[in-house]
Amino acid sequence: MKVLNIIESAYRATTEEQDDTIVWLSHTLKAAGADLGVLLRGNAVNYAVRGQDAAGLAFGAWRQTQPPRLANDIAALPTKGGPVYVLSEDLAERGLEAGDLVPGLERVARDGLPGLFAAHDQVWHW
Amino acid sequence: MASYLLIESRDPFESADVAFCHDLARRLAVAGNRVTVFVVQNGVLGVRAGARSSGYAELAQAGVEVLADDFSLRERGIAADKLQPGVTPSPLDLVIDRLAEGAKAIWH
Amino acid sequence: MAEKKTLTFALMDAPYESGRTTTALRLIDIAARRGYAVNVFAYEGAVLLPFSRQQPHPNAVHGRDVAEENHLLTKEVVAALIVEAARNGGKLDWVNCGLCVDERGAGEAIDGVRRGAPADFWKMAEASDNTLVIGTR
Repeated sequence: MKVLNIIESAYRATTEEQDDTIVWLSHTLKAAGADLGVLLRGNAVNYAVRGQDAAGLAFGAWRQTQPPRLANDIAALPTKGGPVYVLSEDLAERGLEAGDLVPGLERVARDGLPGLFAAHDQVWHW
Repeated sequence: MASYLLIESRDPFESADVAFCHDLARRLAVAGNRVTVFVVQNGVLGVRAGARSSGYAELAQAGVEVLADDFSLRERGIAADKLQPGVTPSPLDLVIDRLAEGAKAIWH
Repeated sequence: MAEKKTLTFALMDAPYESGRTTTALRLIDIAARRGYAVNVFAYEGAVLLPFSRQQPHPNAVHGRDVAEENHLLTKEVVAALIVEAARNGGKLDWVNCGLCVDERGAGEAIDGVRRGAPADFWKMAEASDNTLVIGTR
């Protein structure tokens, strides 16, 4: 079974979780043998941006030592098998260009979505 | 030809992303698929007759089946016979029917 | 007799926060009444849906005591769905994501709920006729 995981919601509880929970889930599912592609759309396209830095948060004496490193997590996904797609129009709307992003991603435009969906048995939108 | 079920739960007055769901539905239909948009929860606030157009009539004209959860309508006092053109009330059972038939189901 | 199917649902919302929970439970109810085999992978806040320590309360705004208010507790809904599925020849297998349980301190769940991991979700989805993911916002 080939699944396309669409990630749209972005920066939801990423500080507390120290991860994006669906990017993390995608890694875990791949480790469990899932044939999984990932599509970043909406605000989640920003996860592919280089230079994100959430380090340094402190609450009283408590200091966060493992901030989320979302771009790293996105860049690592293709190395585990299965592509990471990013929706072109959503990048453009957010003023993002190829040079702003981590390498290894495949751009897809909205008119490519029917074909992309057809290539997967199921489409899961998180 | 595949069957797609897009479940639209978002309120078009609150979420600009409802337009993405509509655009996707139209593209999938143009590509020759059977497409149903099932509107639920606050998504039905956009199907009341007289409301600012949320594009559902246009979707129906493009060959997309547009259904609205009858409970969500009743919960919000939206009369089932006073909906935007092209929108039909439906029990939620239809979602299970389509899942059982193997439709690719996408919750939005 | 209509063919019995196996469906998997992934849920994320904590109780009392979103209309998505109500719709999800309604969908599971429909499948349970049909006697389907239903799998639920509860991820993130959804692990609190079957939390056994939920308690009802009165409603002073409406002048109702605890009994009169009969507050919906999602743990009771989940329990009722487990019973309903079995009554109709199906089953409801509810799996709480273990790490999500740990970080929320939600380890006390009702009977019939088990602790699991994302690998369980993949196994359930692979073995199902279809899967519906209901993400959170």
